[in-house]
Amino acid sequence: MPETMIEVKDLTKYYGENLAVDNISFHVEKGEVVGFLGPNGSGKTTTMRILTGYLPPSTGAASIAGHDTMTGSLEARRHIGYLPETVPLYTDMTVEDYLSFLGTIRGLRGDYLNKRIDIAIERVKLGDYRKSLIHKLSKGYRQRTGLAQAILHEPEVLILDEPTVGIDPIQVVETRELIKELGREQTLLLSTHILPEVSAVCERVLIINEGILVAEDTPDNLAVRLRGTEQVQAEIRGPSADVIRELRALEGVTSARYIDTATGPRYTIESPSGNDLREKIAEMVVMHGWGLLQLSIVPMSLEEIFLELTTADDEEGAAR
Amino acid sequence: MNRPTISVPSVTTGGIMAYLLSTWRNTYAIFWKETKTYFTSPMAYIIGGVFLAITGYLFVSSISVAFPEASIRGWLDPSTTVFVLWAPAITMRLLAEEQKLGTLELLMTSPIRDYEIVLGKFAAVMAILVATLALTLFYTLLLVMYGDPDFGPILTGYLGIILFGGASLSIGLLASSLTSNQVVAAIVSFGTLLLMLLTNQAADITSGLAAQVLEGVSLSGHFDDFSRGILDTNNVVYYLSVMAFFLFLTIRNIESRRWR
Repeated sequence: MPETMIEVKDLTKYYGENLAVDNISFHVEKGEVVGFLGPNGSGKTTTMRILTGYLPPSTGAASIAGHDTMTGSLEARRHIGYLPETVPLYTDMTVEDYLSFLGTIRGLRGDYLNKRIDIAIERVKLGDYRKSLIHKLSKGYRQRTGLAQAILHEPEVLILDEPTVGIDPIQVVETRELIKELGREQTLLLSTHILPEVSAVCERVLIINEGILVAEDTPDNLAVRLRGTEQVQAEIRGPSADVIRELRALEGVTSARYIDTATGPRYTIESPSGNDLREKIAEMVVMHGWGLLQLSIVPMSLEEIFLELTTADDEEGAAR
Repeated sequence: MNRPTISVPSVTTGGIMAYLLSTWRNTYAIFWKETKTYFTSPMAYIIGGVFLAITGYLFVSSISVAFPEASIRGWLDPSTTVFVLWAPAITMRLLAEEQKLGTLELLMTSPIRDYEIVLGKFAAVMAILVATLALTLFYTLLLVMYGDPDFGPILTGYLGIILFGGASLSIGLLASSLTSNQVVAAIVSFGTLLLMLLTNQAADITSGLAAQVLEGVSLSGHFDDFSRGILDTNNVVYYLSVMAFFLFLTIRNIESRRWR
């Protein structure tokens, strides 16, 4: 039976009058890599701060490895490696001293501490900068130093808040690789507002918007579930007014739009899901003697799912 | 179901020993980090140098009179005023910087208790105080070489200045916990310390209960006896209470983040 490492139950958090997190519940099993996705200000950081015992919930509860974050805070914190959004670094220390201090307050001692520092530095590939002062490091290396402290004490649960924000694209790729690697060994909860990150790294996604958990599934399942409409993109050579009229006349088409792009005229045709229109469109175009240059189904990206979820108003509502 | 368990610390001798040991280790870790940071930064040497320059001047001027006295009172008494500047300078970083860098979040989400953070930092600045005062032993050495000082007032004087300094530092630590801005922290503690020095004078121009209260809270009023060589438990308790009170407030203030 899988062991629940993170459990959040009916969690609500108010900042004064402001509702930051609205009655969310979820759990993360041992070994899972879960993405916590939402726009800025949606409540991701607040939830993570509650999980790490930095903030109390207003109502509801959270627990880490079975320890309540309020009543068993110290014990819960022993199981966590946490990288907050703004990487907390003592900039006037060297990487080594920084890790040594943090290892000590997490109960590591002597040879074991040194061994763990070596391993952490190697994992995040900081070897050359071991004795550098942190304020001399570039942003990407600072991020790695932050990651090194999070994994230093072999925590069972890793909580990373926007780990790839503000670093250059090459380092983003490296950091994602590293996170993926870490996810193989540890339970990992990762927050981000960058969608490709979630599909690249996570097995399961929690989407939060304005404090409400709006969806929870695997990236693939979400795509299927949310595919209310099928989109086909076509490039057709012919009089655009006529083409649009004919497209709209086809059976099953709910909308057809025309965009004049830099590469030529482009049509976006929508239909209810499960309806492959490509054949019909091809037939119609050939019938009229126009030129069919391109015809393809647009796979719904997480980006769209996300937009769908986070902009959905009452009639569509939350997906749950 | 994996319900959260409320961990009740086991009240056994082993449990208590384990608790004390972990508290000691955590506090020591914070203490060590602070001391190391302080002595590897130029601040330590600048502040220490200024302190020595001022007390050195006071010492020289006190023995450069017609009939000099072989005592440390010449520099010790006025140095309480120097502490009004010294203590804010030493303490302003302690918690303000942690808040600014975001490292307080890191400490507070590590398995370490809030009071261990505060006590560790306080212990570090106390060590700096003692180290700085140790340098002034040079003045005493000169007195011994060229005079015949009475060691009683020297010993109580040093004890008094350590207590006085400790009280000042605890006030500075509280100020530093209130803000992420070091300058604000320094001004708050400077103002508080100055007021607490001045209440002594305010007591002189008032009478009755008001005078007693003002005299009672005065930081400097409790110091005179020490420098005269009188060890009054009343005064010792006063300074220890001030330290306990402000450290308690600091701990509560840090803790309050968890329930605000």
